[in-house]
Amino acid sequence: MLQYVVKRLIGIIPILFLVSIFIFLFVHLIPGDPARLVAGQDATLQDVEVVRQELGLDQPIHIQYFNFISGIFQGDIGSSIKTGRPVFNEIASRFMPTFWLTFWSMIWAVIVGLLIGVISATKRNKWQDYLGMFGAVSGISMPSFWLGLLLIQVFAVQLGWLPVGGLESWKSYVLPSITLGSGVAAVVARFSRSSLMDILKDDYIRTGRAKGLNEHKVVWGHGLKNAMIPVVTMTGLQFGFLLGGSIVIETVFSWPGLGRLLIDSVAFRDYPVIQAEMLLFALEFILINLIVDLIYGFLNPQIRYD
Amino acid sequence: MANPQTAEIATELSKGSENVKKSSPITEFWKKFKKQRLAMVSGIFVLLLVIITIFGPAIAPYSAEEPDYVNVLQGSSWDHLAGTDAFGRDIFSRIIIGTRISLFVGTISVLLGAVVGTILGLVSAFYGKWVDSFIMRICDVLFAFPGILLAIGIIAILGPGLGNVIIAISIFNIPNFARIVRGSALSVKATVYVEATKSIGAKNRRLIWKHIFPGTASSIIVNFTMRIGTAILTAASLSFLGLGAQPPTPEWGAMLSNGRDYLSTSPHVTFYPGLAIFLTVLAFNLLGDGLRDTLDPKIKD
Amino acid sequence: MTEKMLEIEDLKTYFYGDEGVVKAVDGVTITVNKGETVGVVGESGCGKSVTSLSVMRLLQDTPGEIVDGSIKFEGKSLLNLSEKEMRMIRGNDIAMIFQEPMTSLNPVYKIGKQLEEAIKLHLRYDKKKARIHAVNMLNLVGLPRANEVMNEYPHQLSGGMRQRVMIAMAMACNPKLLIADEPTTALDVTIQAQILELMQQLRNESNTSIMLITHDLGVVAEMCDRVVVMYAGEVVEESDVYTLFENPKHPYTKGLIGSVPKLGQDVEKLDSIPGNVPIPTNMPSGCKFAPRCEFAMDICWKKDPVLLETNDKHACRCWLYQDQEKALEV
Repeated sequence: MLQYVVKRLIGIIPILFLVSIFIFLFVHLIPGDPARLVAGQDATLQDVEVVRQELGLDQPIHIQYFNFISGIFQGDIGSSIKTGRPVFNEIASRFMPTFWLTFWSMIWAVIVGLLIGVISATKRNKWQDYLGMFGAVSGISMPSFWLGLLLIQVFAVQLGWLPVGGLESWKSYVLPSITLGSGVAAVVARFSRSSLMDILKDDYIRTGRAKGLNEHKVVWGHGLKNAMIPVVTMTGLQFGFLLGGSIVIETVFSWPGLGRLLIDSVAFRDYPVIQAEMLLFALEFILINLIVDLIYGFLNPQIRYD
Repeated sequence: MANPQTAEIATELSKGSENVKKSSPITEFWKKFKKQRLAMVSGIFVLLLVIITIFGPAIAPYSAEEPDYVNVLQGSSWDHLAGTDAFGRDIFSRIIIGTRISLFVGTISVLLGAVVGTILGLVSAFYGKWVDSFIMRICDVLFAFPGILLAIGIIAILGPGLGNVIIAISIFNIPNFARIVRGSALSVKATVYVEATKSIGAKNRRLIWKHIFPGTASSIIVNFTMRIGTAILTAASLSFLGLGAQPPTPEWGAMLSNGRDYLSTSPHVTFYPGLAIFLTVLAFNLLGDGLRDTLDPKIKD
Repeated sequence: MTEKMLEIEDLKTYFYGDEGVVKAVDGVTITVNKGETVGVVGESGCGKSVTSLSVMRLLQDTPGEIVDGSIKFEGKSLLNLSEKEMRMIRGNDIAMIFQEPMTSLNPVYKIGKQLEEAIKLHLRYDKKKARIHAVNMLNLVGLPRANEVMNEYPHQLSGGMRQRVMIAMAMACNPKLLIADEPTTALDVTIQAQILELMQQLRNESNTSIMLITHDLGVVAEMCDRVVVMYAGEVVEESDVYTLFENPKHPYTKGLIGSVPKLGQDVEKLDSIPGNVPIPTNMPSGCKFAPRCEFAMDICWKKDPVLLETNDKHACRCWLYQDQEKALEV
């Protein structure tokens, strides 16, 4: 198991390297002079030169990259053009709200998605299956911002049960998490259905039935744990979808998180913040997939002992 | 692995089907596709959307951009089926005229991504070695960013606007197609007839286009249809965020965004454009599901 | 004197697919007496496995359905039982061993858990007692280091060891009838011999009835008291094992025996049966073996012969041994 963990950890190094180059080049891809951009339109040529030296933009490109990487390790990833504060501080306060939002969305989405998937797989071609799968394809097709606005209209504006937006209490989490998780729940439902349907054709399922086990034990005991192995991998990929979705959802619900900060930064052309956010999202995504790989190894004994 | 019994029965059944007269792949496809009711209905709906795209401005009862300050924020009525927005514009007409934008953006961006991705995938599968690992590593990097984040990053560089939305969505479709095409091209490449053609000394380019590409066509078609739904959704999201179509363009996502301020008093302003997006994406997804089941049962979602 | 354990009578199991109805089992009658080992022999696709799944009522994963006939176990009909009552019989009174030891065990659970499951269910043992019983069963089937194997996963065992585990699992609740579906086919030759020996030993100790499904006549000669030969969903010949090998009647049985190499016999080439099993959706109208039969006569193409007991306990479905004129008059 330890060997497996080490192998996975080493495996992400090249991808981290490439992602860091990509992000580093990001600011350089913006048309125009980055130093002029940071210094502002009204700055004099001298000011621009000062900024250029401050940012190290006058150095050769590989030195710049090295500085960029060592800056990341020291928590120094530049300053916001808009506020002048270090980007690190800007992001830090926004991190937890987004984290908890995606976390709760993922939790309910996986539980509900699995439940629908298992019911659909065992009631194949019956009304439960049709209902579940139609619901799932609707969930995938639903624009999240529309669903969010509909939920606000019903539960916040008309019924007044839950807040319209912002983050005040646990109640604030309900509507955004439902909105954000619905797509993932739909994908998990579809995937776990097809995965479980494949598994239920396997020989050991027949062995279980031949032992006299009831369908409940066969499906939930012998089927689901095997079906979970591909589902877990896929769920990791869905996390990217969730992170992306949070950008839109946070705008709908005025959520004080990373997503809304990103949209505000794009509108303000606050490149250091955008750069840092992209790095953070990518890191988070890579990290989640690493964790998923580890869970995968835990579920699948064949990997553990190889 | 399937039970030996079921496998046995499957071979028995397939032996039976060998006996059936061979018909052309298109009639065979149509015979199977017809059985997928939901996909058929969706196909008809998509066709309807295409017709609306062509004749949109002629069908629409009102102008899309002309304000009418007398009839501001009115609910549904016989005059205005989906009500009017804050400028008194007929929402139903705007949705009809906006169909063109969503379909165009969705199709073109997936098409661009598919063309580049397919070429990369074929090249990757055919040449293998360092070319393959280089292309696949690039795809890995692009995959490390959630789709919409990548699009936002690209728009941050290029600036907001529909054209840039198309570019951004194309780019994040590239790795998707590259991987799928590479996968199925590798399995086609392993088949005997490609080996045989190679041994007679066929040129590489000819080999790729005449022999490997046709083998990957069905997975490309299925993936293409499925991605259009996602592309339309992403484009609408970007416009909703103010990064795509700018007012007064009747883009569905942008219309929704404009209606947000009147959510409590006039929910219809956001409701109908959202419904249009939902139904369109749903139709493409159901159509894609149906195509997948008929053309390529191996691909799982 | 002979107590009947399993009586399959005129069983018809059909499969409903896109290409039409497949009569996988079409009027099969097999009886297994107490303490007896009956071999069911035939090529793949002849319906022998479907027969065994029909007995266990495990057809729910397949498009198959029992449409006619009866299956009695100790005199009571299995087809009339509720699913719950049937579950009390599966793994308890009737146990089954499958062909693929590599895939018949669940890869994500330890051997111990998989063994204890049926023991706890049918014998109602508590966890501790079930575990002791499971270890005893592993010792009984000759697995070395039984205690350690309990904590291992299937992929850590070899094919032969897994099949021993499967046998231990099947015998754990002391079944009255064991259905073994090609138990040795997937194993190496030396392991095959060991597993057969083990099954013989267990049968002698426990007096369990066995229905042994196989395509391997060598296994039949080794293990069985009586043999049923199946072809295309029908029984074509049935007799005790000595008679069958000494005096096979049906041309198909003759062909099967002729295609087995014999030790010490220097043969230039082995006989083989020409052609293939007929396509299930397109069965010949007369005798189903006629297209491959070297003795085929006019009548064979027109009318399917019945299974007729020619002399003492030897039945055969072939016009060569039946009164053709009488049949045509009917």
